[in-house]
Amino acid sequence: MTARSYLDHAASSPMPAEVLAELVEAMGQAGNPSSLHQSGRTARRLLEEARESLAVSVGARPDELVFTSGGTEANNLALLGAPRPGRSQVAISAIEHPSVAGVRERGDQVQLLPVDADGFLVTAELAELIGAQTALVSVMWVNNETGVIEPVAKAADLAHAVGAWAHSDAVQAFGHLVIDFAASGLDLLSLSAHKLGGPVGIGALVVRRGIQLRPSGFGGGQEAKLRSGTVPVALAVGFAAAARLAAVRQAEEQQRLAELKQQLVAGVLARIDQVRVNSPALASPAIVNLTFAGARADDVLLLLDAAGIDASTGSACTAGMHQPSEVLLAMGRSLADAGSSLRFSFGPSTSAAEIERALAVLPTAVAKARAAA
Amino acid sequence: MRILAAMSGGVDSAVATARLVEAGHDVTGVHLALSRNPELYRSGSRGCCSIADANDARRAADVLGIPFYVWDFSERFAADVVADFVAEYAAGRTPNPCLRCNEKIKFAAVLERGVALGFDAVATGHYARLDRTDEDPSLYRAAEPAKDQSYVLGVLTAAQLARCEFPLGEVQSKTELRAEAAERGLLVADKPDSHDICFIPTGDTAGFLNDRLGERVGDIVNEADEVVGAHRGYHQFTVGQRHGLHLSVPAGDGRPRYVLGLDPVANTVTVGPKSSLVVRTITGIRPTWTERPQTGSWRGLVQVRAHGEAMPATISVVADQLEIALDEPAFGIAPGQAAVHYDGDRVVGAATIAATNS
Repeated sequence: MTARSYLDHAASSPMPAEVLAELVEAMGQAGNPSSLHQSGRTARRLLEEARESLAVSVGARPDELVFTSGGTEANNLALLGAPRPGRSQVAISAIEHPSVAGVRERGDQVQLLPVDADGFLVTAELAELIGAQTALVSVMWVNNETGVIEPVAKAADLAHAVGAWAHSDAVQAFGHLVIDFAASGLDLLSLSAHKLGGPVGIGALVVRRGIQLRPSGFGGGQEAKLRSGTVPVALAVGFAAAARLAAVRQAEEQQRLAELKQQLVAGVLARIDQVRVNSPALASPAIVNLTFAGARADDVLLLLDAAGIDASTGSACTAGMHQPSEVLLAMGRSLADAGSSLRFSFGPSTSAAEIERALAVLPTAVAKARAAA
Repeated sequence: MRILAAMSGGVDSAVATARLVEAGHDVTGVHLALSRNPELYRSGSRGCCSIADANDARRAADVLGIPFYVWDFSERFAADVVADFVAEYAAGRTPNPCLRCNEKIKFAAVLERGVALGFDAVATGHYARLDRTDEDPSLYRAAEPAKDQSYVLGVLTAAQLARCEFPLGEVQSKTELRAEAAERGLLVADKPDSHDICFIPTGDTAGFLNDRLGERVGDIVNEADEVVGAHRGYHQFTVGQRHGLHLSVPAGDGRPRYVLGLDPVANTVTVGPKSSLVVRTITGIRPTWTERPQTGSWRGLVQVRAHGEAMPATISVVADQLEIALDEPAFGIAPGQAAVHYDGDRVVGAATIAATNS
């Protein structure tokens, strides 16, 4: 088997060995952090150290960090927990992840905030649409399909101007961009561990002091009575370790990934015609989205997979079938273009050689897929 | 070979795929999503294109360690199979949608897409055999006559068959196949067979057609054109049908009556005795050939329904149609069905039944 190129870090990024080592060691610790006896105290100490470490990583206070099962649950807690008497509406951008956008299925008290052709929130429209009924404004930090970086601080200001809370899904930002919760002006922030090399199964919602969310579940009252259930201590330890490692590497990695991304984009544009780059300049260095006009995204993926390249459409599947990207549709792309777009995403293990392998395979794959369409 | 294995989620296609993987081929599994709204087709084990079936197919592909994709052919299926099915009933004929799907979707649209993507062949779990000793492959009935599905493949052409693989042609029994599936760790080993038309999982074809064609009350007449009953849509009937007529006037001879014909223009259903269903000759249009087109007249066997018997006949090409003269008269052959003709166990070709004569 020849070497593969894993260009799907935004789906899940492989765990570095040092993170795995810390995770495994913590896994060996018995004890429930809510217990008063010694095992409980040991577990609690590990958990709180992880919480403090993560708080430093995101510029928050430790008591503002609520562990969840992942980014999806963090988003759900924020969206479902924010509406309160007198404020029943939530406003979300048109390009949110399904774990935010899905709130539309829970009722009609949801306003969709439009984005422009590059995927940027139209802040003037936001100001128009929200008001005294708005409980929450939710705008993602980095879009999971295109990597576009949203003006979350501006959105937070506008939300506060009408007395609403501001939330951001920072799942794709954390680990790649500097996140400073205190400076952001946000009230709520969602995080996930496995997008930055931590374990799958843990995330966090950062909740500014003084913000009272309504819990969506009930139980033992762990995690500030907001998210009941025994906290998986080892996963929290792994999460914190991954975040620390990402922070150490961040400045260097940002530069390196930006170069890899440029290598891929320039190479594709030089080799393949009728390609549109859907990621604007102001985007995460770890994500790029390309439309290969006239080719079914699924067919390009099939051919890339067979040639050892792992990529993705980045959008949701229904019964294993990719649906045209809602994100690209919201950006005004045609149904055909939205179904012809791929996401390539990078992380610490991505090398220039992996990009070169992808560039060697892509022209033929796209040509074949175009012939098959 | 690079083979695209069509995986329905059932046990047959799972074992067919497993055999190809074991033989060393580079196999990719593909499940065809044929419904625009998969939930509608969902029916436990009975449909062939539900979400549960897609999941079963994916699980089998994962066990085999091969790539797996779901291809959306719902629009093509709606246009080429479902719309045709409804239009054929509206025209007073009785179509076979499985055959149509093979002809237009599985071994046409899917095969073309696969070939364009670099695959050499499409494989399915159909029970039929391909003999490749000659340059053009020959299509034969399956080794086990009770499971034989060569009839629904009879419309395939030489060009299509050249890119087909049917790994289950030699299977001796379904029991054997299920045992093999279990041995290979395929969890679909005990999954019941599907029997219904996949896009009518309830089995209520009349209801399905009523929804699309509407109910239109008309007369049931006898061969003397006397009204003997009423119907709520001629499309609910098939030539040769005996049950569900609810006739108000009893037959003069007291014998059972059968549907003899449908008239979409007059909206009448004609009924009569079994003797009036006698068919000695069949006219088949749009003939297709599994190898080279035949000319003149020859002796062969003709099958007119999926599990029908093979009837000895003299077959002739007249203009661009087939004229089939049966040795022994047959009963209740419905226009719209396919006449698939054989040389012994070898499939020679097929044609759509346009007319029958006594």
